[in-house]
Formats: sequence, structure tokens, C-alpha cells
Amino acid sequence: MTEPNWHVVGAIDDVSREDVIGVTVGESQLAIVRTSDDRFFAVDGLCTHGRASLAEGFVDGTEIECPKHNGRFDVTTGEAVASPARVALRTHPCRVNDGCIQVQL
Amino acid sequence: MRDYTVGGPEARNAEVNNLVEADWYKPHVDREMMKTLMARSNGIAARDTVIWLVLLVGSGVLAYMSWGSWWAIPAFALYGVMYGSASDARWHECGHRTAFRSRRANDVIYHVAAFMDFREPISWRWSHARHHSDTIIVGRDPEIAFQRGAPLLNTFLELFAIRTIIAESKKLFLNAVGRPTPEQADFQPADEMRGSILWSRIYLVAFAGVIAWCVAVGSVLPAMLIGLPTIYGRWLMVVYGITQHAGLAEDVLDHRLNTRTVMMNPINRFMYLNMNYHLEHHIFPTVPYHALPKLHAAVADQLPTPHRGIWYAVREILPTLARQRKDQTVSLARVLP
Repeated sequence: MTEPNWHVVGAIDDVSREDVIGVTVGESQLAIVRTSDDRFFAVDGLCTHGRASLAEGFVDGTEIECPKHNGRFDVTTGEAVASPARVALRTHPCRVNDGCIQVQL
Repeated sequence: MRDYTVGGPEARNAEVNNLVEADWYKPHVDREMMKTLMARSNGIAARDTVIWLVLLVGSGVLAYMSWGSWWAIPAFALYGVMYGSASDARWHECGHRTAFRSRRANDVIYHVAAFMDFREPISWRWSHARHHSDTIIVGRDPEIAFQRGAPLLNTFLELFAIRTIIAESKKLFLNAVGRPTPEQADFQPADEMRGSILWSRIYLVAFAGVIAWCVAVGSVLPAMLIGLPTIYGRWLMVVYGITQHAGLAEDVLDHRLNTRTVMMNPINRFMYLNMNYHLEHHIFPTVPYHALPKLHAAVADQLPTPHRGIWYAVREILPTLARQRKDQTVSLARVLP
């Protein structure tokens, strides 16, 4: 724990460029996405359509694709951008501090 | 015979038995390798689409020019297969949006191929999503093509899409006036019906136009080029399709028990866009068709031995379907590594 509600969820080297890892904070399952332009985003870890784990998904630019039905979300906003995903993902504040990825919950 | 109605009594059993939207078996694949396998390519998909379209248009021109001569038979045979069979794999791969990297390119080819397959594009997108959620779960999966206990005549009729055309025509007319079929209402969100209404009307107008064209010119030739190839050119798609799941287990949560991989030659793999690696596709639907051979090699030691060819698969499927006419508990077992 660094500041109230900010949680260290890993090191930046834990996630390669244009990829995703899954982390658990308390009871929250999150997907930490590193985009093609080297930014980090935290979104809910389960697809809003079929509840599949997005940590096994495919990251393309700033979008993540669900591994089960190929629905897509923009991780910068959480918006569902390709069916069968229709409901936005919750996004969470995410930052990098001293080589660590931190998420605010 | 089991009731395969989607949303019917078997759907309740599936829910009670925790078979709905469940977690499925997955083999281990190194994440870095998986990332490489999932990468999309506009170039490969564009190359394969251009080859398909050249064959489609080229054979169509030959068919048109040879109309009235015996040469029309081989020309229409080739055109029909390009239109009524090869389109199915394009519809499928672009429906997953894995063929091209470009979403727009996937969507354009998806709609073109859906028309050739006589599939209303919106409802079939949702139907296929359900097929991947609940593969061969009776009462849930709307795409169980070879149902236990069904007359073998159905399989024969499907070579010419007879039952599919009847069912899809009924759906088009219902959707065109704003009504979903009961099964469609089970897997397609209500507000997605707007798209189905629009496309159903477009399809009906298009086919009415083809009929009017035939009447105007006093020939069936326009319909031989647009519409009828879905019937006379479909047989190859059924040959490929029967290898996917027919005769295997129902109501299991392991694709290795209900889905088949069959090795095929390069021509068939082009026509079918590598969907012969059907088991790998079901386990990892984010991997595009052109990477499936590499995925197959990566997980081969964790999956059952694939069939050596179409004939080897059909040789086990047809007798099993015949046995299932009498005993619906019969299914083909798979030896797991």
C-alpha cells in the first residue's frame, strides 16, 4: 500500500508491451493492460458479456479482445467497441510509480 | 429423441448441471507464444480473399458465358462451391473478426459471405457466440447441426441446404415484420432485433429482385448466379461441417470430447480457412485461421490424435449417426493424453 486506496499490483516488467495480466486486489479481479503506446490501464478482469477472464485476451493497440467470443473493449474508456460485448467495462485509476504499477480502488 | 430446442426443457437441465457459460478445459500455451499466435494480419487475409474473389468472379464469368452448353456444368459446379461453400469459412472467420486486423474489412466480408450463405448476419452473429459459450450443450447451443436420432435423410437434404433454407426463410419473414423466432429470442438481445429486421428486409428485397430479374429475362440464369448457388454449391461445406462435432459427446465441458481436428490438404485448408483445426479454434477463438497450424503444433501433445483426413473422420461419423438413430446414448469416445 502506498497511499490510501492505491495498491501496488506488479512491476512494469510483469506486463510486456501490448499485453495484459490478471491481478486480484481484495475481492476484485482486474486486468492490467499495457497498450501499444506504452501506457497502463486497469479494467475489470471479467468480460461483461460472457464473464471470461480478460487476462487471457488479446491486446491490439488500446483495445482488449475477450478470449471467448472476441468482443472488444477500449481500455482507455472501458467502452465496448465490438459485439458481442455491449456493456462497458469498469475502469480504475492506474499509474506507474518507481517501476511499480499502482491501481486505485 | 432429445429435445434440441434452444431454451427448451433441456436448457433447464443444462443450467441445473452447471453447463451454462461454464469454464472449459484449456491446454497450456506459453503466453508470449500465445501473443504471437493471436496477432492479426491484413496482408494474409487480403491475399486469401483476393484469391477467393478471383476464383468466384472468374468461375461466374465462365458459367455465364457457357450457359446453354455442356461447359456450363463444370463452370457452375466451381462457381457454386466458391459461392455456397467457401463463403461459409469467410463468414465464420470474419464473424470472429480474426481474419483481418481491420474491423471494417472483417465486417464487409462477413456481410458479403453471410448473404451467400443465406444467413441473416445479426442473428447468426449471436447464434455463433452462443455456440462458443455452450458448445454442443443441448438446449443451449443453436448450432448443433447433426442431432442424435435425426433421420439420416436430414444429413442428405442438408447437402443442398433444404432444411436450412426453409428455417432461415421462415426467420427472415418473421424478422422482417419485427418478430424473432422463439430460439432467436433466447440467444439474441431484444434490442439487437433492429439489425435483424433491417437485414431481413434487405435480403427479401434482394431475392425478390433476383426473381423479378429471372421473370423479366425469361431465364433462371440470374438465380443460378445469385441465390441458387447456396443450394447447389453447399455440399462441400456440409462435408467439412460434419467433421466438426458430429457423433461426439454432448453436455461436456471439454472441447477435446466434442470437437474434432482433421488433417486436410492445402486446397481444402484454403477453402475451409484452416477450420479443420476445429478443436484448436474452439479452445482459442482469438487465434486467426492462418496461425492455427502453429497452434496445433504447440498443443498437439495435450489434445487427442487428429484424424488423418476427411474420409477417416466420415468413416467413423456416418455409422455413429446411424447407431444413434436407435440408441441416443451412443457417442464416439476420445482418448485424452
